[in-house]
Amino acid sequence: MTPAELAQASNSAVYASMLVLTLAMVFFAFSFAAGRRRVTALATTEMVESEGGAAVITRTEIIDPIVPGRRTANIAMSLTWLGTALLLVGVVLRGLWAGRVPWGNMYEFSISAALGILVVYLGFSIKVDVRWLGLFVVIPTLLTLGLAVTVLYTEAAQLVPALKSYWLVIHVAAAIICAGAFTVAAAISALALLRGRAERKAAGAEVTGLTERMPSQERLQIMANRVIAFTFPLWTFAVIAGAIWAENAWGRYWGWDPKETWAFITWVVFAAYLHARSTAGWRGNRASWIAIIGWATFWANYFGVNLFINSLHSYAGV
Amino acid sequence: MTEQLPPLSTGGWFRWIWRQFTSMRTALILLFLLAVASIPGSIFPQRGTNPLKTKEWIADSPTWGPILDRLGFFEVYSSPWFSAIYILLFISLIGCVLPRTAAHWRAMRTPPPAAPRNLSRMQSHAILEGADESSIDRAAEYLRAHRWHVLRGETNGVSWVSAEKGYLKETGNLLFHLALIFILVGVAVGGLFGWKGNVIVKNGDGFSDTLTQYDVWGGGRFADPANLPPFSFTLDDFRVEFDRAVAQRGSPKLFEADVTYKANPESAGEPARIEVNHPLEVDGAKVFLVGHGYAPRFVVRDSTGEIVYDDTVVTLPQDGNFTSTGVIKLPDTSPQLGFDVVFYPTLQPGSIVSAFPAPDFPASYLAAWTGDMGLDSGVPQSVYKLDKTSMTQIGRVPALLPGQTWTLPDGAGSISLVGYERWASFQIAFDPGKEIALIASALAITGLMLSLFVRRRRVWLKMSPSPDGGTVVEIAGLNRAEGGDVIADIQMVTEAAVGKETS
Repeated sequence: MTPAELAQASNSAVYASMLVLTLAMVFFAFSFAAGRRRVTALATTEMVESEGGAAVITRTEIIDPIVPGRRTANIAMSLTWLGTALLLVGVVLRGLWAGRVPWGNMYEFSISAALGILVVYLGFSIKVDVRWLGLFVVIPTLLTLGLAVTVLYTEAAQLVPALKSYWLVIHVAAAIICAGAFTVAAAISALALLRGRAERKAAGAEVTGLTERMPSQERLQIMANRVIAFTFPLWTFAVIAGAIWAENAWGRYWGWDPKETWAFITWVVFAAYLHARSTAGWRGNRASWIAIIGWATFWANYFGVNLFINSLHSYAGV
Repeated sequence: MTEQLPPLSTGGWFRWIWRQFTSMRTALILLFLLAVASIPGSIFPQRGTNPLKTKEWIADSPTWGPILDRLGFFEVYSSPWFSAIYILLFISLIGCVLPRTAAHWRAMRTPPPAAPRNLSRMQSHAILEGADESSIDRAAEYLRAHRWHVLRGETNGVSWVSAEKGYLKETGNLLFHLALIFILVGVAVGGLFGWKGNVIVKNGDGFSDTLTQYDVWGGGRFADPANLPPFSFTLDDFRVEFDRAVAQRGSPKLFEADVTYKANPESAGEPARIEVNHPLEVDGAKVFLVGHGYAPRFVVRDSTGEIVYDDTVVTLPQDGNFTSTGVIKLPDTSPQLGFDVVFYPTLQPGSIVSAFPAPDFPASYLAAWTGDMGLDSGVPQSVYKLDKTSMTQIGRVPALLPGQTWTLPDGAGSISLVGYERWASFQIAFDPGKEIALIASALAITGLMLSLFVRRRRVWLKMSPSPDGGTVVEIAGLNRAEGGDVIADIQMVTEAAVGKETS
């Protein structure tokens, strides 16, 4: 293929992926709506009929073990796989077009980070049933992609000399996986907060509403903890790899450049999260909030420092 | 009636304070403070990395500038409050890690506690069918072979095995925290003994590593500027290319500096190429290519027509397209003569900025000044700025092209733009602490992974006679991590106990 065709194909794949993911989002949303209807249905199937003075109670049980909404969630899952595959194609074609790893500017980082979110989520979904999480993963993914194709889009170009290093592959690949995993962890933590509120409201009875088909708050907190425990060493590695690269490129391994500072802040916040998980009084809602703050610092670093602060890491290309 | 607590002694108070200080809660608060305290350094310009911008910022806000300056907002990472937070954090860390290390050391050398009375209350519990007398022996042997800490015993005729594994979790945790201390040590060594300097070298010129040759040099308390490694190099050829495609027009494509270096004055010159990401390493110091620019060459004649200046003048790039500024100072002419120089690699006619960073259509703006440039006052001056307090402008020319000569007004002489040369700027750095920091970082990551991925768990077996005359073996396990399980371990132990071949 000629470069122009590659460019066309890459962009088409990214747009197609966005379309499919939007559909996935709709189906995920429907699966929640269906979940809520089930409750009302159960409440109306219990009827009392009066036949010649004797009360007969009939109760229609739901025989079908497939809970309403599950089928829509399954469709949404399939669409997410398809969207991820399309996005992967888009990223790979972008790399072929540019003739290098597709991590040279913010558009490329963003589509790769979106891919990172989806890959972490789908990897997670192989082991655990996380269909309830889908909506909250697809939304930030679509936001990232939306920003990428509108605000951040640039044509593929050669790397600036500062980025010509194999550390680009190591450092940025680690950071992209972390972007995905921190986002998934933050989504789970946010749901843990919602679920916790619903549990307190239900006061021991069965939880209804948006979070009814989710695991218990405690399970959600444990899941978020697992994801962060996996990501924290990787983030540590990404920061150290960045430091080694910086030593090689700029003559110092740590210079409190804004990007470095915010990477450090993210690291400290997630370190605080891990400590909070083993501190009485902090392991619950407070830990969930810390995870969300950590995620926010990560993305503030990505968008804020690249676009608004003058940093050695300003490779936005926009 | 409330219970009267005994009064605390001084020692007791101290212990209480120390316990609070080394608690996880304190660590948490200090971590938050550290995160928050780091933020201003990314918002306000920092004197260490950007002294010019810092100066501008303070000058632009006469109210807040000096206040923030006094509070250390322009040197956040060496400010007392930032230092206080991390020093407290590390003291808290040491106070927490040392006792835990001792406790862990003891725990590793003591066998696990005896099996509890009631195994069925444990997280996972199984009763072995088809067990015989040797089942428990096989299980114990399996556990020992797989590096469990095993204790065997017998209580009231019930033979039991108690086993524990996953001590590496705490080892890793302690290793991680100790490694953090060593990273700090590495940073401190670098800060005390390290140095770095910057120098601009024009194409064809040389540099030798002595203090006077540097434009800027800074070192730690124990760095000795009189004893720098005696290397030198000449810049033979410096090449730059810029992207001409529309997408990222003007962004750099290539920087390369070919140099010939000598490790010491006696050694033979060796060729080397310095690029971004490929520094030259010589005598423990590293030479980095950090920037570049243009040095237009001018010839100045005085009123009598005699050449008083024939040299290149280094101009500093002011924007991405290398609109560059510099000055020429001629203190020996009478009256003293000075020029403001703006060099455009690619002049866009009618504009006052360069349109492209490569020298496609070079030109220079010049403004001539006469008077006293204040060099005799003894106050050190920047070589990139004219002190115009006692000077008057006698004229200017918007765009002088190479080969053109501008005759100064009032017969003050003339100036010609002859051509231009490139210059490259190098940062030369010596950091003896970076290896310590690197090794400590590797240990920190190793420790972190052990502490997060190793699971500490216990397994117990109990063998007792069954009512029907056979043998009952109970197996139970406990994973200390929340949400963790021991199902896999129980399964393996069960298979070992019944004599099934396990790999």
